[in-house]
Amino acid sequence: MADTTATATPETVTTTEDGIRRRDFLDIAAVSAAGIGGLAVVYPLVSQMAPSKDVLAASSTEVDISAIEPGQAIKAVFRKQPLFVKRLTPAEIQAANATATGSLRDPQSLADRTKEGHEDILVTMGVCTHLGCVPLGAAEGEVKGEFGGYFCPCHGSHYDTAGRIRKGPAPTNLEVPEYEFTSDTVIQVG
Amino acid sequence: MSFPWARQYEPKNGLTKFLDEKLPLPRLVYNAVGAGYPVPRNLSYFWNFGVLAGFFLVVQIVTGVVLAMHYAANAQVAFATTEHIMRDVNWGWLMRYAHANGASFFFIVVYLHIFRGLFYSSYKAPREMIWLLGVVIFLLMMATAFMGYVLPWGQMSFWGAKVITGLFGAIPLVGEPIQVWLLGGFAPDNAALNRFFSLHFLLPFVIAGVVILHIWALHIPGSSNPTGVEIKSESDTVPFHPYYTAKDGFGLGIALLLYFALVFFMPNALGHPDNYIEANPLSTPAHIVPEWYFWPFYAILRAFTVDFLIVPAKLMGVIAMFASILLWFFLPWLDKSPVRSGHYRPLFRKFFWFGLIPAMAVLFVCGGAPAEEPFVILSQIATAYYFLHFLVILPIVSSVEKPEPLPYSITEAVLGSDKKVVKGENTSPAV
Repeated sequence: MADTTATATPETVTTTEDGIRRRDFLDIAAVSAAGIGGLAVVYPLVSQMAPSKDVLAASSTEVDISAIEPGQAIKAVFRKQPLFVKRLTPAEIQAANATATGSLRDPQSLADRTKEGHEDILVTMGVCTHLGCVPLGAAEGEVKGEFGGYFCPCHGSHYDTAGRIRKGPAPTNLEVPEYEFTSDTVIQVG
Repeated sequence: MSFPWARQYEPKNGLTKFLDEKLPLPRLVYNAVGAGYPVPRNLSYFWNFGVLAGFFLVVQIVTGVVLAMHYAANAQVAFATTEHIMRDVNWGWLMRYAHANGASFFFIVVYLHIFRGLFYSSYKAPREMIWLLGVVIFLLMMATAFMGYVLPWGQMSFWGAKVITGLFGAIPLVGEPIQVWLLGGFAPDNAALNRFFSLHFLLPFVIAGVVILHIWALHIPGSSNPTGVEIKSESDTVPFHPYYTAKDGFGLGIALLLYFALVFFMPNALGHPDNYIEANPLSTPAHIVPEWYFWPFYAILRAFTVDFLIVPAKLMGVIAMFASILLWFFLPWLDKSPVRSGHYRPLFRKFFWFGLIPAMAVLFVCGGAPAEEPFVILSQIATAYYFLHFLVILPIVSSVEKPEPLPYSITEAVLGSDKKVVKGENTSPAV
């Protein structure tokens, strides 16, 4: 091995028989440490844009449903978005059950979309599954669409009495959020 | 500058060839911080701080843009959104502590960078423009840091804003209207907070622009070096990459260790507890001081306690404070010595180490201390020396002193005798 002089360059440092230099270890260690450090920086920078703790804390809401008459709906707010809570009339329940689920774009029965023992209470997000407009039909006097449920005025999606997509561009039924009955007259959403 | 022996960029594959024709960005990088930029071979660690300053500017911009996503510049909610960042936003505490301490580290490395410039006279021809642009960057940094400190809308924020804008009130005749115009009111309030936020967001990008000019100006003559002797031949230089990318990388590692020690283990050590109390226009904290990086200049401001002829003390203080930095613009012409490095200037060196540095240290301590004796008299003495040093001592010393003999070249300074180098070059197969 040639002895290294004061003017040693990387090309003249000691090399073993298999061509691996001692400096390779330093190179790999330094680049690896920098890479891991870089990832450790990227993670918080990405994570900071996710919902903050106060937003997540406001992600559950209680709704009193005792005052809703059959055929009537109320609008509540869940995660800063409209929530429709509707008490169906016997005729609306019958219309929903009369539809063969197999013929639907998003096959679900009314029973799939309500809680057992409370089939007359339909809880859905008031957010059209097409592009997020608020459908009409919850408030009195609003257009309910060709199937008697909800109608989205933005691009003409028609939902039936069970909030299922029947006609128009929306791909899926109105979303039923997670909720439970905390008593006979109060539901907790989220 | 492209020295004749600088390595030439050669695009190797289709993509780099395409780029080199349409937008030669890889060539720019190669010639600026790559193997195509020859740099003196003898740079010490004092030459690391420019890169570190650039790094902390990037840290401040990245963390600052993140903070601006969660902060609201409204006097009603500014303090609350700052606490929201600390408590609710994912990693918000990290972003804010990194930003607050990042400002301190930015100033630390910039002060060391300026120290390097002063001791090695980096401001002398042909590098005057680099120095002038550097002073502009420093002034912009001070304005940006001041306005940033107002944004959390704590007690120190509010009273800092009130005191600093009050400086403009010292200007004769138009002072009061200017202060009211700057604040958009009679005291700091929503209007002031909003414009400070707007400018605090804008100025870092202005700084980045001036930094580009600063580096551009640097790359015309190339870096100076600890001997102050200009580059004479290829043996005086090494390519920036890998030699100084490695050296800067090591320095960056040390700086990051210290920085994160502060961010993670003592994030409020350089702050003031009073700033965790919401701004209250009716109650001034007992002891208001600016952030540590303004202390020397704050001491100069407060050093003037008696009226001078028709000039009131308040105005004198304001003029002196601004003058203490503005006189740096004249430094390249106040220092008349043809020799750059303080290592070869015996008299200059004595006044530098035993005059200027102690004076700055005294000003630093006094700026952070309450306005009472002995700090007032000490800052008056130190202020007097500060101006005397730059305006009288430096021009005289640089004219009369006899410099020590300089090495013939950088290579000789590094390797000793010239003969040995010639020998070494002759035996090297590469040359």
